[in-house]
Amino acid sequence: MSHVASTASIPAVQTERLAKRFARTWALQGVSLTIGTGESVCLLGPNGSGKTTLLRVLATATRPTSGQARVFGHESIDDGDAVRRRIGLLSHRTFLYGELTALENLRFAAVMYGLELDHRQLEAALADVGLDYAADHRVRGFSQGMTQRLALARATLHAPPLLLLDEPYSALDAAGLQLLDQFLIRYVGGGGTVIVVTHQVERGLAACERAIALKAGRLVFDGRSDAFRSSPEAAGVGDWTR
Amino acid sequence: MTELRRIWIVVWKDALTERRTKAAFNAMAFFAGLVLLIFAFAIGPDIPVSGPAGQGLLEYIAPGLLWVAILLTGVLALGRSFQVEMENGALEGLRLYPGDRRAIGAGKIIANVLTLVAMEALVVPIAGILYSIDLWSKLPALAGVFLLATLGFAAVGTFYAALTANLRAREVMLPLLLFPVMVPVVLAAVKATFLVLNGDLMGELSAWVRLLVVFDAVFVTVCTLAFGFVLEE
Repeated sequence: MSHVASTASIPAVQTERLAKRFARTWALQGVSLTIGTGESVCLLGPNGSGKTTLLRVLATATRPTSGQARVFGHESIDDGDAVRRRIGLLSHRTFLYGELTALENLRFAAVMYGLELDHRQLEAALADVGLDYAADHRVRGFSQGMTQRLALARATLHAPPLLLLDEPYSALDAAGLQLLDQFLIRYVGGGGTVIVVTHQVERGLAACERAIALKAGRLVFDGRSDAFRSSPEAAGVGDWTR
Repeated sequence: MTELRRIWIVVWKDALTERRTKAAFNAMAFFAGLVLLIFAFAIGPDIPVSGPAGQGLLEYIAPGLLWVAILLTGVLALGRSFQVEMENGALEGLRLYPGDRRAIGAGKIIANVLTLVAMEALVVPIAGILYSIDLWSKLPALAGVFLLATLGFAAVGTFYAALTANLRAREVMLPLLLFPVMVPVVLAAVKATFLVLNGDLMGELSAWVRLLVVFDAVFVTVCTLAFGFVLEE
């Protein structure tokens, strides 16, 4: 998998005093961080700490209340289209159409991304996530794990240089978890940047070299994954079993 | 070219989804037929209208009744077209694709025109039978009026359906917002349908058709251009 090479010298993600408020609740409060191109980052924190909100701001799915977020130098509000071309988002919601087959969902996504992929290339994308056998099955009949795999194929169809994964391990069986781990190794090895939000802490830390922890919308830890295990912030961020 | 492909794929996706979930279309057609039937029972065929044409009241007001049925059913179809986008957060997925969002708006409008035309192709003959209207001899002119009115209806309806898609009370809000804006289209469509069916002795038809054309030109343009803002959070 190859990604946009010209962005190597620009940080993949840069936020400055990023804040987001929902009614009276601050989901993010003054989050400033920089993530370099090719880094793999595990974003941790207890429920309501702002992990998903941060991901959604980076994906241009929601506007920050104040502060700035840049993706490969493009401002998330003013230059949203350029940001959207460079990101793949795997969200809690799969963005898939239940009445379409797996292949039809990918065909739709490919055209919407402005790609010209033929039938063989779409089947290859399905094979990458182990769903080639279900190409002509409607998504409505898929299990949660199959849906998650297809959502991953959809999110990475345009080979984005930045991949944002929100709870990617949920609903996956052992084979699916292994497939995702291998996928992430290939992706980062190919120069891609990935941010993984998860409550499966040990698995997330194993997959990523850097850990960032949020608590009540504030950045409380930013360092190597190894260092996070022994940090005081490690308690209460999620499930440590793999 | 890319944007044309994006328009086409949105139409393809909506048409395919509609074809596979026949329940929605069947329910709409059944609902429209039921509305027409209730009007037929409520008014009855025997009340005469005092006028030169000498037809019954039901036949006289049939264009109005037909458009009321189409409007009520159409609102269901328009709401349904965005209900599909709410499942699995697909509407947000649409928002997060790069490219011109007007292509999505144009695709949704075309898809809704197709759905409404398919529904009208079923409902109009039913009205012809129930209200004893001779449709066949006036079919080309009638089809022209219906296409023009449907285009305006679909454009405004798609815009408001997208606007209300995230609201909890969207079933109520959509007709509340849509119907006031639709008054010129309904007025022109009913008048033009009446003149096509009963003869255009005073040469008024062209004025109503012009109103439909102007409404379509303005609202298809405005609704397509503004669709990107509707998709914003």
